[in-house]
Amino acid sequence: MIRLEKRRQPSKRWTYLTPPLAVVAIMIAGGFMFWLLGKDPVEAIRIIFWDPLFNEQFASYSRPQILVKAAPLILIAIGLSFGFRAGVWNIGAEGQYIMGAIAGAAVGLAFFPTESALIFPLMVIAGALGGFLWAMIPALLKIAFRTNEILVSLLLVYVADLYLASVSFGALRNPDGGGFPGSRNLQQYPSAANPELIAGTGAHWGVVTAIFAVAVAYVLLNHHRIGFEIKLTGQSPRAARFAGVNPNLIIAVCLGFSGILAGLAGLFEVSGPSGQINIDFASGYGFTAIIVAFLGRLHPVGILLAGLLMALTYIGGELAQLMLGIPAAAILAFQGMLLFFLLAMDVLTDYRILVGKKGLN
Amino acid sequence: MDLSAINPIVLFASLMVASTPILLAALGELVVEKTGVLNLGVEGMMITGAICGFAVAIETGSPALGFLGGALGGAVLSLIFAFLTQVLLSNQVATGLALTLFGLGLSALIGQGYIGQRPPSSGDLVLGLDLMVFLGIGLVALIWWALRATRLGLILRAVGENHDAAHALGYKVVRIRIAAIAFGGACAGLGGAYLSLIRVPQWTEGMTAGAGWIALALVVFASWKPWRVLLGAYLFGGITVLQLNLQAAGVKIPVEYLSMSRYLITILVLVLISVDRTRATLNAPAMLGRKFHASS
Amino acid sequence: MKIKTMLTTAAAALGLATAAMAEDPTKVGFIYVGPVGDYGWSYEHNEGRLAIEEEFGDAVETTFVESVPEGADAERVLTQMALSGHDLIFTTSFGFMDATMNVASKFPNVRFEHATGYKRADNVSTYSARFYEGRAVIGHIAGHMTETNKVGYIASYPIPEVIRGINAAYLHAKKVNPDVEFNVVWVYTWFDPAKEADAATALIEQGADVIMQHTDSTAPMTIAEEKGIVAFGQASDMGNFGPNAQLTAIIDNWAPYYIDRVRAVKDGTWESADTWDGIAPGMVELAPISDRVPADVKAEAEAMAAAIAAGEYHPFTGPINRQDGTPWLAEGEVADDGTLAGMDFYIEGLTGEIPN
Repeated sequence: MIRLEKRRQPSKRWTYLTPPLAVVAIMIAGGFMFWLLGKDPVEAIRIIFWDPLFNEQFASYSRPQILVKAAPLILIAIGLSFGFRAGVWNIGAEGQYIMGAIAGAAVGLAFFPTESALIFPLMVIAGALGGFLWAMIPALLKIAFRTNEILVSLLLVYVADLYLASVSFGALRNPDGGGFPGSRNLQQYPSAANPELIAGTGAHWGVVTAIFAVAVAYVLLNHHRIGFEIKLTGQSPRAARFAGVNPNLIIAVCLGFSGILAGLAGLFEVSGPSGQINIDFASGYGFTAIIVAFLGRLHPVGILLAGLLMALTYIGGELAQLMLGIPAAAILAFQGMLLFFLLAMDVLTDYRILVGKKGLN
Repeated sequence: MDLSAINPIVLFASLMVASTPILLAALGELVVEKTGVLNLGVEGMMITGAICGFAVAIETGSPALGFLGGALGGAVLSLIFAFLTQVLLSNQVATGLALTLFGLGLSALIGQGYIGQRPPSSGDLVLGLDLMVFLGIGLVALIWWALRATRLGLILRAVGENHDAAHALGYKVVRIRIAAIAFGGACAGLGGAYLSLIRVPQWTEGMTAGAGWIALALVVFASWKPWRVLLGAYLFGGITVLQLNLQAAGVKIPVEYLSMSRYLITILVLVLISVDRTRATLNAPAMLGRKFHASS
Repeated sequence: MKIKTMLTTAAAALGLATAAMAEDPTKVGFIYVGPVGDYGWSYEHNEGRLAIEEEFGDAVETTFVESVPEGADAERVLTQMALSGHDLIFTTSFGFMDATMNVASKFPNVRFEHATGYKRADNVSTYSARFYEGRAVIGHIAGHMTETNKVGYIASYPIPEVIRGINAAYLHAKKVNPDVEFNVVWVYTWFDPAKEADAATALIEQGADVIMQHTDSTAPMTIAEEKGIVAFGQASDMGNFGPNAQLTAIIDNWAPYYIDRVRAVKDGTWESADTWDGIAPGMVELAPISDRVPADVKAEAEAMAAAIAAGEYHPFTGPINRQDGTPWLAEGEVADDGTLAGMDFYIEGLTGEIPN
């Protein structure tokens, strides 16, 4: 019988080894799938993993685009990781992302067409506030009534999504849009736009904020009391209580923090790459970020890398469609499999595999 | 406005048809959650069931075999989740989300050859309704009875309430949970197959369009009680059917806010059951989403 | 473009230029908002792409990316298409408009064709179809065919395109049947088979015996077939799904336009244009009218289609009043394209309100 024994500490060696192993595994399994679809497996894998980074024809464009695609994922995942460490399960970041975008865009659009340097900062505050308030609903319900935050935050995603549809047709609809749904394009309104800060780098304020958030999260987790309290609460809620940690405060901080970051991600996206509030504005970043947080093992630097890897598979996947005619569905399945491998191999980090007779389960 | 055009009996019948997919999927998820496992991959399992059921029905010409194929497809997909979360102890939330991604992709790949085809007609109607509607209601009764009055139900609940204690009593926590997950997958697959074989009936990519997520909300709305799942399915499915009927009768209604109401009501229900602590512990499985690893 | 020029220069330096140029196929890219397997909007654009391949063979190379979300992702995909040497790119959804304009301004040598939009540039054309011409013809048939005098209409979103279709169909149904009523249901989706099926069921249960749809899935047709009533296909010939139910279908046939535009690029005659074509050049096509339609009605419908194609008849010819009774078009007056493009009102006789 093979059985697992929990390690006292996650293995350092396997922490570093598992991600490359998973990537090798997906290259084999994914290559096999592409082969079944009648495509050249080696070329398909090369296009997904190599070309976005190094193809001489367009890597100079797609490399910065990886940052653009990764920024909201990283920003949201960093926020979520605090809660996940403390055992506070916010899976409604998608809703907080939407509400941040709506709040921020609404402030910007309210000033249209006035030009002022104050508008964008105000939008940033509104975006953060939108995400924060939406996240405080599950937080307060959990504090007051012990209501399960997983379910409340998930349910609020549906509500936010329907609200998004409602404002796309109603309050925020572009009056000059020829009757089509969707707001004005914020990219075309200089005071509210979030453009590339340095041409050709892709870096807009969201990218800068994401990198900043990684650094702040690292410091908070390792060198600040709140980081210690969060980790302690996650490991042993009872010990945390003895140490004088207020569990309600932890709930509020974790949900509030992740709400702010998700709201900011939404604001930067709507004022930058996406440009407008529309029915299809939410494309699942909030859910993908949950996966990114786990792939990054809830560690700030890990999340940074995991976000970049996810973004790479999105962009490489588009290139594979474009150049080899691989259907979008195959790319979805491919991403799903990659996540399976990464999640499966985590077992090596946390557990020792023993081969012996004493099998129980 | 002409409300007289709405025949309540006919309306209720189409409401039952519209609710059956989410009813089946939610019943499966209820059993899974009762054992303490949260599988967010319902949407992925449903759509896999939809295409597997459709493909089998087309190839064999038998809708009955189609439903079987749909259930099997959903169950097989759910075993990936079971293996990862129960054997390799991966995180349930992340694994469930990955399962949905994978299921959406896989179903579209399998479905490439089935676009534009018509499934064999399922024919037999009782009181204007197909057999699956009654099977769904029967399943509600069966699960209610099994959870309440059988040893199996007791074990399932014990595992969901406290897996360490259940383990200490000698129950095979992991095996029981894997079986429950597979059952949940089969139910979700059956719900998907109902969509592609009866309710719509055809195959198109992404045809579940979020039904799996509604099923997840429904389990919570029902506070993990089978009969309330039935009631909730009629309410959830019913809101859509009702608003379409009101529109057809010329009544002006705020569509988005009406759809929103079902989630807000669900949150309210959730708050109410958590206010009443004693009842909360009776319903919500205490181990929901937690990993189990036998240390000895 | 700089990179492409560099590569071409390098190739020329190697003496490969002439050989390479002669065989260099025209590269045509497509981006779709849905999967090609939707059997509706994106499916028909993909059929147009396949027609290009058939027409030009090895002289073209076509590529596509499907299920692209509107917004940032579209802009990235378009840029990558432009960078990878595409000569002509079709962006096949209204929501790709701003992304198309942004990318086009960065790649002046790449030509773009944006479907259903209104923004143009030197290298951006727009094209759309006068589906309302087809709707007028099916309205005429519906007016004759309904026995309950109730026509069920499944509408997606309250946008001018959809409102125009409802008006055109109602106007012509009422001309032949003054008692006809239209029950419009807004489903707020282009594509949700289950919801569309429910909408069709609701309409039929309330007495509609003819179903029209302005959504993309074939579900309403399937339901009509099952309930034994009649319906009109949308986007594609849905005869497969309703062998008895389908009276005819309004088919989006992009192939002739796409082939024309590719040829223009190959000949070097491509110019930015605003195309709004209807039945005449075949962009809007009607599936063969079913035998369930009486011969005289069929003949009238075909005559109407022919008159529209010949430019002898415009579906919106006055006198037409708005819903509130105020006059819109005077006797003999024909609607101008500007009003049609932004149509946000019902015509007289329609009940219900356009939701906001």
